[in-house]
Amino acid sequence: MLDLGGLVLSAVTIAFALLAFFPLYWAIITSFKSDTEVIASGLSLWPQRPTLDSYIHIWERTNITQWYINSMVTSVLITAGVVISSAGCAYALSQLDFPGRRLIYVLILACFMVPMQALIVNHFVLMAQFKLLNTWAGIILPQLIVPVVIIVYKQFFDSVPKEFREAAMMDSAGHFKILFRIYLPMNWGVTAALSIITFIGAWNAFLWPFLAATGEATMTVPVGITQVKDAYGIVYAKLMASAVLAGLPVAVLYLIFQRRVTQAVMLSAGVKG
Amino acid sequence: MLRDKRQEYLTALVLVGPFIIIYGALFVWPTIQMVMLSFTDAPLIGPGEWVGLENYFKILSHRLFHAAFWNTAYFVVLTVVPNTLVSLAIAMAVNRLKGWQQSLVLAAFFLPYILPVSVVFLTWNWIIDVQYGLIQWLVRPFNGGEPISLTRTIPLFMPTVAFVTIWWTLGFNVLLFIAGLRNISPEIYEAAALDSAGRWRQFARITWPLIWPVTALVLTIQLIAQLKIFDQVYLFSIGGRQDATIVLVQYIYKLAFQQNRGGEGATAAVLLFAMIIVLSVLQYQLLRARGEK
Repeated sequence: MLDLGGLVLSAVTIAFALLAFFPLYWAIITSFKSDTEVIASGLSLWPQRPTLDSYIHIWERTNITQWYINSMVTSVLITAGVVISSAGCAYALSQLDFPGRRLIYVLILACFMVPMQALIVNHFVLMAQFKLLNTWAGIILPQLIVPVVIIVYKQFFDSVPKEFREAAMMDSAGHFKILFRIYLPMNWGVTAALSIITFIGAWNAFLWPFLAATGEATMTVPVGITQVKDAYGIVYAKLMASAVLAGLPVAVLYLIFQRRVTQAVMLSAGVKG
Repeated sequence: MLRDKRQEYLTALVLVGPFIIIYGALFVWPTIQMVMLSFTDAPLIGPGEWVGLENYFKILSHRLFHAAFWNTAYFVVLTVVPNTLVSLAIAMAVNRLKGWQQSLVLAAFFLPYILPVSVVFLTWNWIIDVQYGLIQWLVRPFNGGEPISLTRTIPLFMPTVAFVTIWWTLGFNVLLFIAGLRNISPEIYEAAALDSAGRWRQFARITWPLIWPVTALVLTIQLIAQLKIFDQVYLFSIGGRQDATIVLVQYIYKLAFQQNRGGEGATAAVLLFAMIIVLSVLQYQLLRARGEK
């Protein structure tokens, strides 16, 4: 039995997927073209004389190496800070009884509703007061607030059978030991997923790093590449090379950990409902 | 036993401590400060005089605030429902595919979502470029053969940015819909097939009602996210007439950072804040009402 309708539908889907991917493909091949080829009219789907000139130009003439270092350092520290503090907090909320527990949980939920974009003015004032503008700390601190991570962790910790903890308690293991030897190892997959998605979020952040880092030396990659300009003419090949360099780390991370990334998106979306 | 309790409190304090410090200093305190600042005439950095509700009256009657409000509302209209519908259609199409075909097609739709906004901006700015952009092949015939700058022609600005935003963010929604579609048991479709229900009837009677909770979730997430829009609108409007295409967060940015009016910037932020909370609560109530049926 031949399902012709289904076949057509599949073909249309694949055609649409190609169309959706085309802008990225176009950016990538443009980055390998020479400036003269870029402005030559016509749709040439492959660079006639592939060249790395644009990449060399970006590498040599802009601060991109420094921006890479800034982005790497801040994104890694944000990820570590968020994941470690969230795991501890979620364990306490899930397994310990202490005063103020409910209040803290309400605070985390409130965080979902508050637009961080509304807090930019006061984050800026605060960072200015502590002289942290144009520093890594200034870029990092306001980005440490990622309530989703705590809630996802708490949900997973809640579902760990109580017997594990009780057995460990019998062996007179402390809570820290239980957290690091039982709860976290049982949820490595969750930790990996949350870490990757936090890293991608931190790498991609635009508004706050754009405000906190005004000097070229402290900019992150996504902010820095919007500064790449040339004195004359069309420089799209160079702009596309900078775009490819900015997107490369997250694209590679995604392609390697595709399943974890999609898992993390589904986990964090489940929380928002 | 008492010692155990004390021990537990102490452990909790150590574990929750970092959270309390971070959220206290960077969430609770700035929120309180924002409200206080909104009642003063302070510059961005430095003290100011208490002016009561003056800023609120001033901003609510400010022509630019109205422009920012309506532009944001327009952007919400252009993105939220179209994005949701397109995502659902793509999710259903992707869900039909199998194996490597499915992974590849899903990756094509999802990849843009994980890229930084500036990469998305640069890519599309090149495609719509008024002189050499590929899009000009499509739009020139509609303009008597003349090229059009899609982001410098004000009526075309928001639709263009909305289109790019949908392309950029739909991968996230597609994933949620796929998760929802996979939760629908295949037996229901088998039963429908036995009753020889066509594709359209299956969709209207089974898929749509069962996928509604996910649809409501996607709509809510979208609505809140698009009210906070800044990055792509700002980037595409650089060098253009920004006041004509200004959105709310950009308005806050303009007041506080470009005009050095911290108090008024904070007031605008409080207003945005209030709008988002009201809409979140309303949406939540609607969702719950539907969920309980």
